Amino acid sequence: MTNSIGEIEFSDLILATGTNTTENHPVIGAAVKRAVRRNNGKLIVIDPRKIDLVRYADLWLRQKPGTDVAVLNGLMNVIIGESLHDAAYVAARTEGFDALKAVTAKYTPERVEEISGVPADDLRKAARMYAAAGRASILYAMGITQHISGTNNVKSIANLAMLCGNVGIEGGGVNPLRGQNNVQGACDMGGLPNVFPGYRPVEDAGARAFFEEAWGKALPGKQGLTVVEITKGALEGTVKALYIMGENPLLSDPDLSHVEEALKQLDFLVVQDIFPTETAQFADVVLPSASFAEKDGTFTNTERRVQRVRKAVEPPGTARQDWKILSDLLNRMGVPARYGSAGDIMEEIRRVTPSYRGITYGRLERGSLQWPCPNEEHPGTAYLHRDRFTRGLGLFHAVEYTPPAELPDGEYPLILSTGRVLYHYHTGTMTRLSSGSMERVPESLVEIHPADAERLKVEDGRPVTVTSRRGSVTAKARVTEKSPRGTVFMNFHFAEAAVNRLTHPSLDPVGKIPGFKVCAVRVEAARDAGPETSIGGRAGTGVLSTEAASSVRGGGNT
Amino acid sequence: MERGVQLTIDGRSIEAAVDETILDAARRYGIFIPTLCFLERTTAVGACRVCVVEVAGSRNLVASCCMPVSPGMVVRTDTEKVRAAQRMIVELLWASGDHNCLTCERNGSCALQDLVYFFRIEKPRFEIQPPGYPVEKTNTMIQRDLNKCVLCGRCVRACNEIQVNEVLDFFMRGSHAKVGPAFDADYIDSSCVFCGECAEACPVGAITMKKARFGGRPWETRTVRTTCAYCGVGCQMDLSIHEGKIVSVKGGGKDTPPNRGSLCVKGRFGMDFIGHPSRLKTPLVRRTKGGKLEEAGWEEALDLIASKFKAVREARGPDGIAGLSSARCTNEENYLFQKFMRAGIGTNNVDHCARL
Repeated sequence: MTNSIGEIEFSDLILATGTNTTENHPVIGAAVKRAVRRNNGKLIVIDPRKIDLVRYADLWLRQKPGTDVAVLNGLMNVIIGESLHDAAYVAARTEGFDALKAVTAKYTPERVEEISGVPADDLRKAARMYAAAGRASILYAMGITQHISGTNNVKSIANLAMLCGNVGIEGGGVNPLRGQNNVQGACDMGGLPNVFPGYRPVEDAGARAFFEEAWGKALPGKQGLTVVEITKGALEGTVKALYIMGENPLLSDPDLSHVEEALKQLDFLVVQDIFPTETAQFADVVLPSASFAEKDGTFTNTERRVQRVRKAVEPPGTARQDWKILSDLLNRMGVPARYGSAGDIMEEIRRVTPSYRGITYGRLERGSLQWPCPNEEHPGTAYLHRDRFTRGLGLFHAVEYTPPAELPDGEYPLILSTGRVLYHYHTGTMTRLSSGSMERVPESLVEIHPADAERLKVEDGRPVTVTSRRGSVTAKARVTEKSPRGTVFMNFHFAEAAVNRLTHPSLDPVGKIPGFKVCAVRVEAARDAGPETSIGGRAGTGVLSTEAASSVRGGGNT
Repeated sequence: MERGVQLTIDGRSIEAAVDETILDAARRYGIFIPTLCFLERTTAVGACRVCVVEVAGSRNLVASCCMPVSPGMVVRTDTEKVRAAQRMIVELLWASGDHNCLTCERNGSCALQDLVYFFRIEKPRFEIQPPGYPVEKTNTMIQRDLNKCVLCGRCVRACNEIQVNEVLDFFMRGSHAKVGPAFDADYIDSSCVFCGECAEACPVGAITMKKARFGGRPWETRTVRTTCAYCGVGCQMDLSIHEGKIVSVKGGGKDTPPNRGSLCVKGRFGMDFIGHPSRLKTPLVRRTKGGKLEEAGWEEALDLIASKFKAVREARGPDGIAGLSSARCTNEENYLFQKFMRAGIGTNNVDHCARL
């Protein structure tokens, strides 16, 4: 996030797109709702699904999945066309405006309506509302990024924010909501194939020399492989050994049959985890690690806030904290690692990462700190780009709309979109062991619009089979207007109905993110229909009762 | 804060801001006024009248949580009249519910218990008549016992004003008044999302964390402040630990960013996995290709990893090895992981699930 969570509830306007905030980031969702209900903030939701936030929104644009760039360009078309943009900000702080103007000029509200299905007048209203707001914050998440046009979607969002002078001010910003507790920190620390800690490129000779000096080893200068490329490398035989710490690609990655095949091709697989996950079943060595409650360290949240993790209980058996395991392995590979505590590692991180230089465990005892925090006197940074952008001027990237990789056709007439539900998290290894979450949502559901359900003779609460070109899964139908017509939604929490058997492995060419939000499927009532169970809870809550859950298991891979 | 209002509380000269209430000003000066229905960050409703004070020139006692300060105001917080009124309210509240501390989970952290003690009430003057509602036990997360409810409305305001879930409200009237979801439904049958804000807001034992029940008294547990392991919000949470186990989770710090004491269902009730029997407890090694995973010691497992990685590196070069770091692990661990891949193995083949 360019800005801070605490600013959201005092923004004049929030534009939420591709974020089902109340389910995936509930505490931020509450801040959005407070902005609307308590502080008279305006809310625009742009989302194909009728998510909970729609109830609180002043305006809801329901675009067809994957048409985000067209919608965003359309908003800018109206704003520039009606001269509602912040001309002074554009002149003083940005460049590339003419190119943006030229490209967005092609996206008239009428053309955008044709592409996206968003009524031209609603688009105009949204554009005027966004431009009129004093401080407007844009929130987005995987609904924007998990497309093959994900990078362009993000650029479009940045364009819109800069166009109206909303970057570099309190209460504004371009605010991606990160899905996992420390995804920000994992990136900051260089858990990426192209950068060292602090985002210094591995191809930069100066950066390499710096880290060679710090670590006492010669370092490679060629970019490494991304997660999906690693899978491909394993399949093709170029990657022979894989070390996986705390991940479960055999449920989270696209096109699972491929991932499974890839893991089998490896000569040697190490999995370090707290549970015997789907992925661990293929390992040659499994190392038991400590959960967050059993370790010391820091996480960095979505607003760049570095916060302490403190050991509260002992790990089970002989399980060890990951940093201790890694220290042992570093020593065995000839890199001396003499860390007595997690704090010792932070001292090394500070030395090599300028944005973390001012962050010490001593200071964190007194309160969290948001990076950049360049020295020990620095209070941390609540919002970025205050007086200048990292590169100087903010650059508009004029981008064109491109359709998703796989669109519905006669054989696979529906769009499948994937995501999470409130009560579960990622591949379910944690929440599926929680009685409360399982009481509320005990299994995967296929959300389908009533009109589609009627046409396909699919009944609420009965199993359906969802098939794509890559595979087929069975789960129970939930007939709901939350899904738009022509689109079904499934979560990826349940191995029994592993939705990533269906998803498409095509990637965004720059961000290398899979297009999880759009692939083509067909849906049929499952032949081996189980006993009828009611969905909708005991009082229309839309959740299965536990009795219903135990009577029918998801059909799994068929 | 804009200061400038001069007033007197209990003979002390006090300077308050124009938008402060008597309670705000008194608290800032360390003057104790008991409260019950008052809940920070929500509308002051003055419902319980426990915070009444005497204001010179005012015919009735006034609720200090709602009354704005005004210049020259003279306030007394502990006159006989004030204490008699407060004591009466506490006795009535006690008498109208089933306030049995023996089995109450809030024993030791209960606002009503504290008030009874503060006013040195041995026994209420009135006959104790609990309403006799059934205890709600239809979910494993939150238990509601409305026999202990004092109708302060803190849960209602927490639900509507802090979490803005708009599930709870008052219904029925007079002595039949209750709080709860629409149509008197149980939480599990309502649109409740189990954030637990109501349970934290409840000053008594009416809404409690079910799994904490009989898990340890407040004075027996130890609290560890940490950061939630679920989404990227990074909520601060206080884990209550008793005999080496997590018994409950509370939002950490009412003024602490980023969550200011709020949590969601996953953070609050999703910690069962930590002590779950299916956790990995010992290293496992597949000693023959195609064989089974068998238990092993750490030395064996770590030596095997190092020798295998060295062998692959010898045969295929360092880029024949790849690693997936983790968005679930700490900064320190991610730092060491990429250092292991880059300096230990010699490859940049390191990524994690940021994109998934």
